[in-house]
Amino acid sequence: MAETTRRKGRVGYLLILPGGLWLLLFFAFPFYSLVATSLYDPSGSDFRGYEMSYAFGNYVDVIRDYWQPMLRSLLYGATATFFCLVLGYVLAYAIAFKSGRWKVLLLVLVIAPFFTSFLIRTLSWKLLLADDGFVVDTLQFVHILGADDRLLATPFAVVAGLTYNFLPFMVLPLFASLDKIDYRLIEASGDLYANPVRAFFKVTWPLSLPGVVSGTLLTFIPAVGDFINAEILGNTNTRMIGNVIQSLFTDANDYPAAGALSVILMLMILAMVIVYVRRAGTEELL
Amino acid sequence: MSSVVGSGRGAVTRRRLLQTGGGLAVAGIGAGALKLPFFDAPGAQQDPASCVAGDVSSSDSSLIISNWTGYIDPRKKEKGTFQQFEDSRQITVSYTDDVNDNAEFYAKVRNQLGACEPIDRDLIVLTDWMAARMISLGWIQPLDKAKVPNLHANLIAPLRGRQWDADLSYHAPWQSGLTGIAYNAAQVGEVRSFDELLHRADLKGRVTLLSEMRDTMAFVLKVQGADPDDFTPEEWENAIEELRKVVSDGQIRSFVGNDYLNDLAAGNVVACEAWSGDVIQATFENPDIKWVVPEEGLALWSDNMLVPNLATHQANAEAWIDYYYEPEVAAKLAAWVNYICPVDGARQAMEKVDASLVDNPLIFPDEQVLAETFDFMPLDDRQSQEYEREWANVTGG
Repeated sequence: MAETTRRKGRVGYLLILPGGLWLLLFFAFPFYSLVATSLYDPSGSDFRGYEMSYAFGNYVDVIRDYWQPMLRSLLYGATATFFCLVLGYVLAYAIAFKSGRWKVLLLVLVIAPFFTSFLIRTLSWKLLLADDGFVVDTLQFVHILGADDRLLATPFAVVAGLTYNFLPFMVLPLFASLDKIDYRLIEASGDLYANPVRAFFKVTWPLSLPGVVSGTLLTFIPAVGDFINAEILGNTNTRMIGNVIQSLFTDANDYPAAGALSVILMLMILAMVIVYVRRAGTEELL
Repeated sequence: MSSVVGSGRGAVTRRRLLQTGGGLAVAGIGAGALKLPFFDAPGAQQDPASCVAGDVSSSDSSLIISNWTGYIDPRKKEKGTFQQFEDSRQITVSYTDDVNDNAEFYAKVRNQLGACEPIDRDLIVLTDWMAARMISLGWIQPLDKAKVPNLHANLIAPLRGRQWDADLSYHAPWQSGLTGIAYNAAQVGEVRSFDELLHRADLKGRVTLLSEMRDTMAFVLKVQGADPDDFTPEEWENAIEELRKVVSDGQIRSFVGNDYLNDLAAGNVVACEAWSGDVIQATFENPDIKWVVPEEGLALWSDNMLVPNLATHQANAEAWIDYYYEPEVAAKLAAWVNYICPVDGARQAMEKVDASLVDNPLIFPDEQVLAETFDFMPLDDRQSQEYEREWANVTGG
């Protein structure tokens, strides 16, 4: 009896081993390196080398210098996630309940944009929103936009790009949890005199929460750290934290500051995710 | 089953939160006493004399080159310079256009070259300031003077005697260019100066500047009345402050690397800072795009061939350099890429290649134009880092 328990224990550890090694190699080790980099003496350079001086001041410096792009990233990320949720929920709902024999085809269409590169898809938004393009001309014609207004190189374009690029990450988990819902439950709520709105909020929405939570996480986390959309569709005043990290790292060769910003970004997102998952009360649902 | 996993994860989250907090506190307390292992980062400086690989050129007739995109005539063409090199020298060239950006390329090869490890390339092409930096980091092999006689005989005068490698020991310009202004005449009236790019009201939000610090700041310094070849820290401060103001006013749409001409042709941008060769190529397709010599002057730069440490085909690389310094070859190349040809005698040779380009001032500028061009003064390591960071802060919102 005791023997089998011990063996079972060992098997458990063995099963964890590949995952654990993977985490060690691709998460713990790089993260340690990142934290170490963020604490280097800020006066270091490739010529003089980087001295480990536990310069926690790096963190203070980057927060003072870059709190604006940091806030902006959170704001853009949250806005894009919100639009993804609204658009994605409608789409996932339609695919799950209303599409009939078109279901597979529609799912393929959701994934189809991935057949093209991320960069090309983002660049194509430049054509869509071009100053002399159809969209802007039409909006100017109906006086929603003034004659000198534009869409490209504005926060609108950046958020639109983020929303578009991360929409499939919202739709797929939403679809997965909506599709699992037993439709008889919704019918039953109707039998109990719930009108469709009430049935949605009492039955469909709560049952789809796991999809909502994983969808918003899968959208928000990469959207906050994204820099391609701001780079291609934004202007000088829409730069996100990813752009700052990128330019500190490659152009200014300021590895300590870039490292400190990256660590802050990770911790910030981690903290928000913890609070969010708690508040949503979905630990059991995940 | 799923609920078991779920609650397990919840518990970990709670525990991890506490651990993170505790861990940070411990790290804070112990920080002064501890020394983190594994990640000491010594300088990346190397001695080129000790980072040499055996040259296998004589037994292995190949050559690996990294260059910028659109910087060579069609490689498949039989009479093209590339095929002729391969045929006449019996060298197989593996040519990749994987240099998009100096800083990006630096980031790509830094860990290898900084640790005296090979980057598996025999020849790389980088702009002046990056070439200077890599040479001073000791990452570049000196060229054998005897094997590149054409370089020493034929390099045009304005590109000789640059401060960072005055006697051409390490570099050979591949192509040269001018930084100036381009505008779309269908969209906006004539643009004459860099000052107008920064301040003219009808250009607001429809101007792009180049994202490399030296390209743009040289002009901002000029606008401020300073000399980019020799300026003081105060003058730099004034210039960067001025740019900060212009950026926060929304005058500049964005700072761009390579793709500014699409926006200009599409009408999203009406005027921009631009490189000469790009503009010539764009003018062929869209005659509304005009090149302007700004009132502030032009900046002259070149992209330079360098042999990195541990290259295994240095002799073949030198054969390549020497070949492209033959005037006929240089003329053929210039006719295709449209940048300034760094080779003396290519202008005469151009008459046979494409007579219409002989008098093109952007391929063969007259001496007076070149005499008045300016360059960005060499920065030491500390200045460079400080200026680059300030630049990143202004252009990075």
